[in-house]
Amino acid sequence: MSAVPLTSSILYLDGVTVTFEGYRALRGLSLTLAPGEMRAIIGPNGAGKTTMMDVVTGKTKPDSGEVFFAGTHDLTKLDEASIAELGIGRKFQKPTVFENHTVEDNLLIALKAPRSTLATLFARADARGQAELEDILKLIQLAEFRSKAAGSLSHGQKQWLELGMLLAQNPKLLLVDEPAAGMTDAETAQTAELLRNIALDHSVIVVEHDMEFVRNLAAKVTVLHEGAVLAEGSIEDVSADPRVIETYLGR
Amino acid sequence: MTNEDRRRKLDRLGVLFVLALIGAALIVPPLTLATPADSPFHISTYAVSLMGKYLCYALLAVALDLVWGYCGILSLGHAAFFTLGGYAMGMYLMRQIGARGVYANPLLPDFMVFLNWKSLPLTWWGFEHFAYAGIMAILVPGFLAFAFGWFAFRSRVTGVYLSIITQAMTYALMLAFFRNNMGFGGNNGLTDFKDILGYPVQSHATRALLFSASALALAAGYWLCRSLVASKFGKVIVAIRDAESRTRFLGYRVERYKLLIFVISAMLAGLAGALYVPQVGIINPSEFAPTNSIEAVIWVAVGGRGTLVGAALGALLVNFGKTIFTSALPDDWLFALGALFVLVTLFLPEGVLGLMLRARLRLRRDRSARSVPSAAE
Repeated sequence: MSAVPLTSSILYLDGVTVTFEGYRALRGLSLTLAPGEMRAIIGPNGAGKTTMMDVVTGKTKPDSGEVFFAGTHDLTKLDEASIAELGIGRKFQKPTVFENHTVEDNLLIALKAPRSTLATLFARADARGQAELEDILKLIQLAEFRSKAAGSLSHGQKQWLELGMLLAQNPKLLLVDEPAAGMTDAETAQTAELLRNIALDHSVIVVEHDMEFVRNLAAKVTVLHEGAVLAEGSIEDVSADPRVIETYLGR
Repeated sequence: MTNEDRRRKLDRLGVLFVLALIGAALIVPPLTLATPADSPFHISTYAVSLMGKYLCYALLAVALDLVWGYCGILSLGHAAFFTLGGYAMGMYLMRQIGARGVYANPLLPDFMVFLNWKSLPLTWWGFEHFAYAGIMAILVPGFLAFAFGWFAFRSRVTGVYLSIITQAMTYALMLAFFRNNMGFGGNNGLTDFKDILGYPVQSHATRALLFSASALALAAGYWLCRSLVASKFGKVIVAIRDAESRTRFLGYRVERYKLLIFVISAMLAGLAGALYVPQVGIINPSEFAPTNSIEAVIWVAVGGRGTLVGAALGALLVNFGKTIFTSALPDDWLFALGALFVLVTLFLPEGVLGLMLRARLRLRRDRSARSVPSAAE
């Protein structure tokens, strides 16, 4: 790990290849994300969207290729916990909140704080953390449900709680996997607004199927296909690209 | 809101539980020592020892509930930690026999003389001191749990696989302790104890005080576990139980949390074993038997896992039942225990305490719904 940044981008992937038992999930994927940018990633099933997230968060180790965070951290050499500590937060496709904990406790566990066992054992509630928690509760519109068990929330509310937990970690980069999946139209619109708010002061990658939702995000779009980048640009440019139409939109 | 209600209710029960234990610790010695044998308030020494033994089991159950109920680690080897604590205390008690043994050797316990050993093995050094034995009763189980957990949790062994290797651990210890050359008395174990801290271990007064010590240890152990699970640490532990990889992605090193809670639990189990041995007067390798660990799991399941108080109550209930049952139908106890486990799993997934809490909460909700119909949800 060198101290001099190799690139100015917050996330830099170059020639990343991942093979699962002969199946090549990523074939030389290259992608860069500028600090503060929001990027939407689309692509048909099996295009490698989730695998890309797995590589960035340390769940999957690539066979070859480079993955750098903030130009200095080689993510291929770190485990999940270290990567989370660096400031990369991930929201899963299926909302996985801690169902038995209250909404507030879910956020408390996620809140940026020392993660060592002893620090957690002797942790005391502090005013700054509490204020941050209130802000997030308001942003994700769950303030009135704060002492409800997370398991009793609706699907949409769980997704927002997840986003709130992601924010509570105060990450530099957010990876958001299909945030609008299974949502009603109203919830989808609300989620897009929430993400635009979050993108004001964070770098965000959103993986999504729903084109209407992506249009709502007003972000640059990267189209993946068979483990590599097929096209990149504004949503209008991308949806006009004949290769994209042929492989993805046309179906 | 039921979660909050439930926790508040459990906490209140916990306070009652601790008060009851302190009360018992204070009142039982005078009742057994200062009342005449024909008084209706008299408690026999047999009953005191029996209850003291149950309290040690209850502490083991609380320790097990801490890892199983709150962190999802189903240990099928917790009796190993209990037994190791028991052996540490047993070694102290053996050293107190001194020259009063059959072979009248002032230094070596009888079984070593019998094996023709000339000097005290290194493992036995220092055990003539009560404080050293007491510390070892907690540190040795803690160390074993640390070594075991270090490898198991780092390799991300979970669920049934983890349960199986905990079972293998206690089984291996049983086989090892059966061997005479381990130096812990072989299959006879350690027994024929005379004194503890200079007082005869069989006397009524000692028995009564050991009971009180067990009650206070259970109260303290419960309080420690309760404080742990109520802290932020406890919330992370429950988070690991419910969604382990999610917790990892939040930046928590899950294996370290599991390791810490496992070690704390093992130490409590060791303490329970150390209090158990002077009250039953013997410790031998059969205490490592896998069925003992499984039985402890059943106590927790019957009482209600993830409640701590319930685990203790489960241990008391099942063992009380066992005492009655084994005197009536000694051969059928294991069948009864197995049936109990199946029935509780099927019909009482939250155990006896969970059922009670649920009934109480429903009762109160009904009552408040009747008094303020408009405010009902």
